[in-house]
Amino acid sequence: MLGMSANSVSYNEQGSVESGVDAAQENSNISGGGSGGAAFSLFSADCKKNEDLKEMLENNKESLKLEAMKRIVGLIAKGKNASELFPAVVKNVASKNIELKKLVYVYLVRYAEEQQDLALLSISTFQRALKDPNQLIRASALRVLSSIRVPIIVPIMMLAIKESSTDLSPYVRKTAAHAIQKLYSLDPDQKEHLIEVIEKLLKDKSTLVAGSVVMAFEEVCPDRIDLIHKNYRKLCNMLVDVEEWGQVVIIHMLTRYARTQFVSPWGEDAVFDENNEKTFYDSEEERRADESKPYVMDPDHRLLLRNTKPLLQSRNTAVVMAVSQLYWHLAPKHEISIVTKSLVRLLRSHREVQYVVLQNIATMSIQRKGMFEPFMKSFYVRSTDATHIKTLKLEILTNLANEANISTILREFQTYVKSQDKAFAAATIQAIGRCATDISEVTDTCLNGLVLLLSNRDETVVAESVVVIKKLLQTQPSQHSDIIKHMAKLFDNITVPMARASILWLMGEYCEHVPKIAPDVLRKMAKSFTSEEDIVKLQIVNLAAKLYLTNSKQTKLLTQYILNLGKYDQNYDIRDRTRFIRQLIVPNEKSGALSKYARRILMAPKPAPVLQSAFKDRDRYQLGTLSHSLNSYATGYLELSNWPPVAPDQSVRNVEVVEPVTEALASALGKSKRAKSDEKFYSGSEEEEEEEEGSSSEDSSSSSGESESESKSEENSDDSNKSSSSQSEKSSSESDTDKKKTQKNKKLHQQKPASKDRKLKNGKAANAESRSGSESDSESSSSESSSESGSQSELDSNSDSGTDQKRKTKSKPVQSKPVTNQAEKKEVSLLDLDDFSPVPVSTPKSSILSPSLLSDLQGLSISSSASALQASSPVFVPETSHELLHRMTGKGLSAQYRFTRQPCIYGNSMVSLQLTLSNNSEQALENIHISEKSSSGQNIHRFSAIERLEPQASATVSMGVDFNDSTQAAHFQLCTKEDEFSVSIQPAVGELLLPITMSEADFTKEQGKLVGMNESSATITTTPENISSQSVNRNVVSAANLGVIPSNQENIHRFAGKTVSSGSLVLVSVAPKDPDALITVNTEKSVIASMLLRQFKTALTNITP
Amino acid sequence: MIHSLFLVNASGDIFLEKHWKSVVSRSVCDYFFEALERATEPENVPPVIPTPHHYLINVLRHRIYFVAVIQSEVPPLFVIEFLHRVVDTFQDYFGVCTEAAIKDNVVVVYELLEEMLDNGFPLATESNILKELIKPPTILRTVVNTITGSTNVGEQLPTGQLSVVPWRRTGVKYTNNEAYFDVVEEIDAIIDKSGSTITAEIQGVVDACVKLTGMPDLTLSFMNPRLLDDVSFHPCVRFKRWEAERILSFIPPDGNFRLLSYHVSSQNLVAIPVYVKHNISFREGSSQGRFELTLGPKQTMGKAVESVLVSSQLPRGVLNANLNASQGTYTFDPVTKLLSWDVGKINPQKLPSLKGSVSLQAGAFKPDENPTINIQFKIQQLAISGLKVNRLDMYGEKYKPFKGIKYMTKAGKFQVRT
Repeated sequence: MLGMSANSVSYNEQGSVESGVDAAQENSNISGGGSGGAAFSLFSADCKKNEDLKEMLENNKESLKLEAMKRIVGLIAKGKNASELFPAVVKNVASKNIELKKLVYVYLVRYAEEQQDLALLSISTFQRALKDPNQLIRASALRVLSSIRVPIIVPIMMLAIKESSTDLSPYVRKTAAHAIQKLYSLDPDQKEHLIEVIEKLLKDKSTLVAGSVVMAFEEVCPDRIDLIHKNYRKLCNMLVDVEEWGQVVIIHMLTRYARTQFVSPWGEDAVFDENNEKTFYDSEEERRADESKPYVMDPDHRLLLRNTKPLLQSRNTAVVMAVSQLYWHLAPKHEISIVTKSLVRLLRSHREVQYVVLQNIATMSIQRKGMFEPFMKSFYVRSTDATHIKTLKLEILTNLANEANISTILREFQTYVKSQDKAFAAATIQAIGRCATDISEVTDTCLNGLVLLLSNRDETVVAESVVVIKKLLQTQPSQHSDIIKHMAKLFDNITVPMARASILWLMGEYCEHVPKIAPDVLRKMAKSFTSEEDIVKLQIVNLAAKLYLTNSKQTKLLTQYILNLGKYDQNYDIRDRTRFIRQLIVPNEKSGALSKYARRILMAPKPAPVLQSAFKDRDRYQLGTLSHSLNSYATGYLELSNWPPVAPDQSVRNVEVVEPVTEALASALGKSKRAKSDEKFYSGSEEEEEEEEGSSSEDSSSSSGESESESKSEENSDDSNKSSSSQSEKSSSESDTDKKKTQKNKKLHQQKPASKDRKLKNGKAANAESRSGSESDSESSSSESSSESGSQSELDSNSDSGTDQKRKTKSKPVQSKPVTNQAEKKEVSLLDLDDFSPVPVSTPKSSILSPSLLSDLQGLSISSSASALQASSPVFVPETSHELLHRMTGKGLSAQYRFTRQPCIYGNSMVSLQLTLSNNSEQALENIHISEKSSSGQNIHRFSAIERLEPQASATVSMGVDFNDSTQAAHFQLCTKEDEFSVSIQPAVGELLLPITMSEADFTKEQGKLVGMNESSATITTTPENISSQSVNRNVVSAANLGVIPSNQENIHRFAGKTVSSGSLVLVSVAPKDPDALITVNTEKSVIASMLLRQFKTALTNITP
Repeated sequence: MIHSLFLVNASGDIFLEKHWKSVVSRSVCDYFFEALERATEPENVPPVIPTPHHYLINVLRHRIYFVAVIQSEVPPLFVIEFLHRVVDTFQDYFGVCTEAAIKDNVVVVYELLEEMLDNGFPLATESNILKELIKPPTILRTVVNTITGSTNVGEQLPTGQLSVVPWRRTGVKYTNNEAYFDVVEEIDAIIDKSGSTITAEIQGVVDACVKLTGMPDLTLSFMNPRLLDDVSFHPCVRFKRWEAERILSFIPPDGNFRLLSYHVSSQNLVAIPVYVKHNISFREGSSQGRFELTLGPKQTMGKAVESVLVSSQLPRGVLNANLNASQGTYTFDPVTKLLSWDVGKINPQKLPSLKGSVSLQAGAFKPDENPTINIQFKIQQLAISGLKVNRLDMYGEKYKPFKGIKYMTKAGKFQVRT
């Protein structure tokens, strides 16, 4: 038997053997013996091994299969070929055992490319898994499907990506973003389709998706900068919450983006030259106007800088570096230095991190010494540093050297020169040389120090000193014959060719300064010529030539001797040089013309070499990139463009609804409607004017924050508005009046269609308007108009300020009314999704709802075979905020609350609430807290007091209230330093629940226990489309915080939850019976049951498809 | 992004490979081996190595090179940071990150790598999330798995992956609820020949071990937060709160984690807890050299200096050392020329010393440079910067947790030039 490893090699090389193996497998009972023949026995050892793996895989026992797969993965990990097992492995792709399945996936991804035909067998399994209710399974199916690099399945992959990009689970969408890149590398022809998907995913609001889709963007279509415009602000704002790897990618992309979209913040000088040319023919005055125009940073530019700054505190070094390079490339010069500390901090990290960071600091420190000078000591070298780290630190220290600190640095260098690491010592000598040329005060000191080093025992040190001295002397050759003499004396002891060559060159160059010694050196060299290195020989020839010209009397013979030696040298360079020199210096009949100039050619004054940093030109690469590290263009490097001389249109970044971050949580729509209906008293034109201002105010830097969330909420309100009849009535009546107004108004022709549209359907407009930048601005003002924009538009109003003021004074009193109004509305407004809230699960848009989404929706809840009731995450989180305290009542303090539907972190029986406090007054509010005494009986977990809230700022805090499973309002006192406001929170019954999951069987079982007086039911009449599964699911989970129970029965929908305080089970089932539907609620809490029932009745009857 | 990963052991063998895109032949590592050969020390291999078609980015930890293969432009720190995260994860899972441990757990390693990257882009690197997907191997679980046939692989998407607190899993339960915080400070210093400090700075970390039930919300405040010059946080820390109030407010991950690392800058005066008296001299022509070291406590705030370990790389010409330690033991490796002296605790009454002679190779020249001395030490119950935790409060849960704070000062890169 041969050795195993040898076998496997020979085996692997023959793909065709596989069929032989299959044949062998059939005969396996005859085991390896005579029947296989000679060829078979050659592979017997290896075959046998794979044979039993195959047997194990075909066994019925899961554990054996798993064991086999583990061994196969072991083979793959070692880099051994296991491809012949493909048919046996691929059969297990549909295994129920999840670990086995995953290992099969690992195998598939590894070998599918080699076994394309067989790989196709597995595709259907993945296609099925893509419809699985479990999001993890959907995601991993997509991952594997897209990782199988088989060109035939490109269309299937494309379809899968398109479908998954609209999946309800952000995790699946993230996977889809990854799949885009895979498909692109497999088939670049799909680019156009993929860009569509990227465009869609870029709009995604999930922080999970953002990093991955930007990555896909960078790989597939980095030049399509236009796709970023609309998402720019959203990306900036969500950046802090994106996972760290995504942050790096987004920051790099935004750096590139910003360089194309904003003008340079670096003062006028860079831009000025170009301007000069352009304005050459312009009048002098114009140009001056141009120059004196002060630089104003684009608010979006500022937004980016502001939002990336906190990330300097990240624990991820790549993030810190990314932010640093962003500041380096984008920030005004005086702001760049904030990154210094963080970069210096990174130096404490691993060796490899240090290496990259030091490289970047080296580049930075050339341009801006001041940034790192205070931290000079952090770059002191330790004997334990790796050599490349030491060299980089040295580089930085040299860059930082100036007149003030040079003595400290030189003292430090003295220690380094003595280092045992000779390569480092040599580098130090070069550094000293650089300091000597840069700072003329110390040139002599350095030169003397270097001369001392010439007597060093280590030849690398000596050699390096010679080379550096040579360069230094060349820069100031005046009176240094002493040094040259000294070097000549040392010449015999120096063996390093480079150093010897340097000394010879110096001799020749300055032979007139040392007329006595030079011929003697030449004599010595003539003796040892044949044994010298090539580089030295060349210099000997040079020296001979130069001496021949200056001192031919003494050296004529020597020179001829050397030239003769050189003529027959083995190296052709030396032969060439010799021939050339001979023709040049020895006058003969052939070369008359040139030899006249020999002296001028050879003894020409030579420019001194410039000693400069190796990092001098590295800033042509974007910092922090691979190209910068390597100092050469890496594949796929994207050039950072120069600042545009004139900023491109900034309105392209405007998104539909933009509200300042701080005020975004104000219940925009509800309030504005009310306010607007009141404003009917006033002339329409005024309102329109305000809208116009809104569009200008929109650009203010503090805005834009919540634009995305706002737009999201509007999508929702699309549905919700319709479901609550009272509201839609209001809005429609209002829209009529508004329409009239807009028609009257002749000022704003272009805006008309937009505003009309918007007012017809506040929600729907959002989608349409997202396409039109300028129109979308007005949207923002409509929601802001009554509530928040007061102070803001004041700032921004320029032309219309007069009327604006007037309007404001008028509209203010109107707004103070509605607090009571609001409270009444609450019950109905449960579905009033018009407000911002960070929602983990994006809500379905009606347009994309397909039957498969139902199963996806179910997949979001955790299905488990165990009978235990499992709490699950909420299927749906409404984005509605309810008003707690209006700003007029609260003397500037306004508060909104929202049910987060998450288990409360403060107590098991508490309902978790999110409170947003905004300060609308002119002064800062201090010490905002909830007073200790609670007037009602509920147990309230107070949020910790807010020390100070600046004007126009807002803060979000969370609190918990134990409602004891009743809808009784919780009353408490919201206090500031000066005031106390009595407020109350009344929960809708649906919020008193927490979703749980259970199997369908358990549901039926539990339902069986809760019959009789624990069961209440009602029949409602609806239209068939209203009772379609997705709309029922959507409406039920939005009305109450319940979990969806995956069901096999098409016509019955089940939901489960428990009450927060007592934990009683609440089971809801909806059974549509055309045209009616039967709603059943089973729970011990009969009050809750009846209230829920009432709520569902409204929810399910009012829906429209 | 990251195309493939090769693990190379100290003797230069590839013992594991993993590809996230199409397979890259392991011959690409030849370029790495070339660089490895060129480097005199294992640490001297450049972290980024260009090859004609790929770029190799490597990280050396636990004497294993993690070599990532890159095909196009990517921030090198991105890859380096990720590789370190991989090592941390292995360490977390297997206790140690050695070749043997990786080979023993090759399946778990593969499963982990599969989860950590998708198409070369990091997918899940948070330890808590990974642990829900792939349970760390324990002896008990291996036994149970073989009997019951259950697996190590989670079937559900970890709750953390979608939640706003991805670092914490839900449904954590402990009978003893404990939260321990270790404030560990390291002094980096270079002391020159005459004993004066050239540079000194303090790097501190607050490591936590939190085993609390449910979803606790903790706040930690310091007596003197101003000391902290530059901080970096675990993602759980609410940055805004820190900015405004200098209070650390966070929902902690479950188990061990690094809450914060900070820097006390070189501008501040740093107390140096030990001093070294040294007399190391070689004479020209003589084959003997004198070697004397004495250690003593300096500014220790009355605390004992413990676990002192002195090491020094002696010049290449040194043949042997014949020394006498008044306390502890010393070793000298004639091959690497590394002298190390395990001192133990410094007794202020009787200062530890190491005296004797070193012999040089016959005919060797007097070394140019005297060796630098690296010192390690520990001081319990002291944070040398003076940082003090004021209080730790817990919100959100009803039980009373057991809280503990420990301080420690260690030598970081503490060097004495002689």
